[in-house]
Amino acid sequence: MTDKDNVTSAPPLSEVPPDVAATVKGHQRLERNVTLLGAISLVVVAIGGIVEIAPLFWIDNTIEEVEGMRPYTPLEQAGRDIYVREGCYTCHSQMIRPFRDEVERYGHYSLAAESMYDHPFQWGSKRTGPDLARVGGRYSDEWHVQHLQNPQSVVPQSIMPQYGFLSETSLKVPDPEGMLKALRIVGVPYTDTDLQMAEQDLIAQADPDVPAGDLEERYPGAQVRDFDGDPGRVTEMDALVAYLQMLGTLVDVNSAAAQEELATETGR
Amino acid sequence: MGNKRIDEPTGTEFVGHEWDGIEELNTPLPRWWLWTFYATVVWAIGYVILFPAWPLIEKGTEGVLGWTSRGQLAEEMAVADQARATVREEIARIPLERLSENAPLMQQAVAGGRAAFQIHCIQCHGSGAAGSQELGYPNLNDDDWLWGGDIRAIEYTLTHGIRQPGDNQTRFSVMPAFEGILSQPEVNSVVDHVRSLSGLGEPNAAGAAVFEQNCAVCHGPNGEGMREFGAPDLADAIWLRGSSREAITAQILNPKMGMMPKWEGRLDPVTISMLAAYVHSLGGGEDFIEVAEDPEVEVDEQP
Repeated sequence: MTDKDNVTSAPPLSEVPPDVAATVKGHQRLERNVTLLGAISLVVVAIGGIVEIAPLFWIDNTIEEVEGMRPYTPLEQAGRDIYVREGCYTCHSQMIRPFRDEVERYGHYSLAAESMYDHPFQWGSKRTGPDLARVGGRYSDEWHVQHLQNPQSVVPQSIMPQYGFLSETSLKVPDPEGMLKALRIVGVPYTDTDLQMAEQDLIAQADPDVPAGDLEERYPGAQVRDFDGDPGRVTEMDALVAYLQMLGTLVDVNSAAAQEELATETGR
Repeated sequence: MGNKRIDEPTGTEFVGHEWDGIEELNTPLPRWWLWTFYATVVWAIGYVILFPAWPLIEKGTEGVLGWTSRGQLAEEMAVADQARATVREEIARIPLERLSENAPLMQQAVAGGRAAFQIHCIQCHGSGAAGSQELGYPNLNDDDWLWGGDIRAIEYTLTHGIRQPGDNQTRFSVMPAFEGILSQPEVNSVVDHVRSLSGLGEPNAAGAAVFEQNCAVCHGPNGEGMREFGAPDLADAIWLRGSSREAITAQILNPKMGMMPKWEGRLDPVTISMLAAYVHSLGGGEDFIEVAEDPEVEVDEQP
């Protein structure tokens, strides 16, 4: 067959006017009408969303019942904001998946409850560095400061950038009360006292000279001390290390009650 | 249908579109593609039946197989535990200080300890356990031990940590800061004296007097250290934070004190025992001397 044959086999243009009603039917009609296609696509996607996402808001076992989870202290929250600001989540995840290799390295797999006060969550999607979901208590404060200032001094093969400036930058949170208030609006159960005390709590957790008051009663398990080795002032390093030292320490995932709950659950 | 026109060379129907004389054919999907598509639909239906898939009112569908990701993990962990069970049970049963009498078991414990060390300890102590003088992490290969170097003492340090907040059994001590307490000449002379203890400088009589009054209570009259307080031996050639005049001066005026996390609760007791065996085997491990009144030491032969 030559090109010439092809050309001759096509009918002359004027011969048959195409009859749209006869040739376009069924799914073809949808494909040819952009408005209809858009509308039906939306319906299809919405079904997917309703089936997969909506039930998570009312199903009880979406978030496991665990003891010990509490809202973050103002200092931890400020550290968390620094964590987000510096983009730590681009290299570090906070989500230990239920695989043996991860559990043996990082500890018990993460529970949904452990990030229920995260807005937004920091699960991350890439691990250039290790997972941090249970990094709290694993190293000394001094190690964290050394490591953040010069990661290669403690982990020679690390490619993490240096964050020494955090030690030199005083912690500035323009409106600690507003910070907690905003979180309360999206569902973090801060009390009125927490809000009133936010400004003092922020400093008291890291400054040995400021009385911590009932901070440890309102935030059980909160660690109150100077974190950055510079007791004279509260720096961004204090906030970030306080946040890191808290990660994964609030819920006793290995407690008998938690394990029993997790062992019997199905349908998630 | 009178309008149906067939493209003769291919035998395919025309769609009816035409651009500058080029017309579109209604070529059907390749069969292999279509059947693959149908196969995925069938697979999806099977998947929904067998595995957890759809969240409903109370909870999600469970799937006929009853599979959960957490259940699978539990199974895998159980299989792994099973494989290690014999060795772990034996390690748990044998009193730690007698572990070295059982050479094959000791070998297993050291191997397990090395693996755990590579995950949990190298960040501070280094992959060769050589620590860092610059950063103040002890070298675990040498004969110098701050808190004791027999296998029980190492196990205790691993279990409770050093200066671990919130653990009342942790090893704890505070070296006072002598800034403002000792005058500059006193500091200089005591630095001379401390350096002279290991032959780094000439003896300094004034320094010796200052040392006796301020330092000997913890570091011992001859600077030999005291393990109850984790006070380093100042008379040997091994230095935790450096032997230069500057390093010693800084450590007197505003001492840095190390902190080691406790591993109880984070690691199981057998893994801690294996870590103790590994650290003990690195070169500086000391023999365990039984002290009857220490309840830590009571030997229990029963599992």
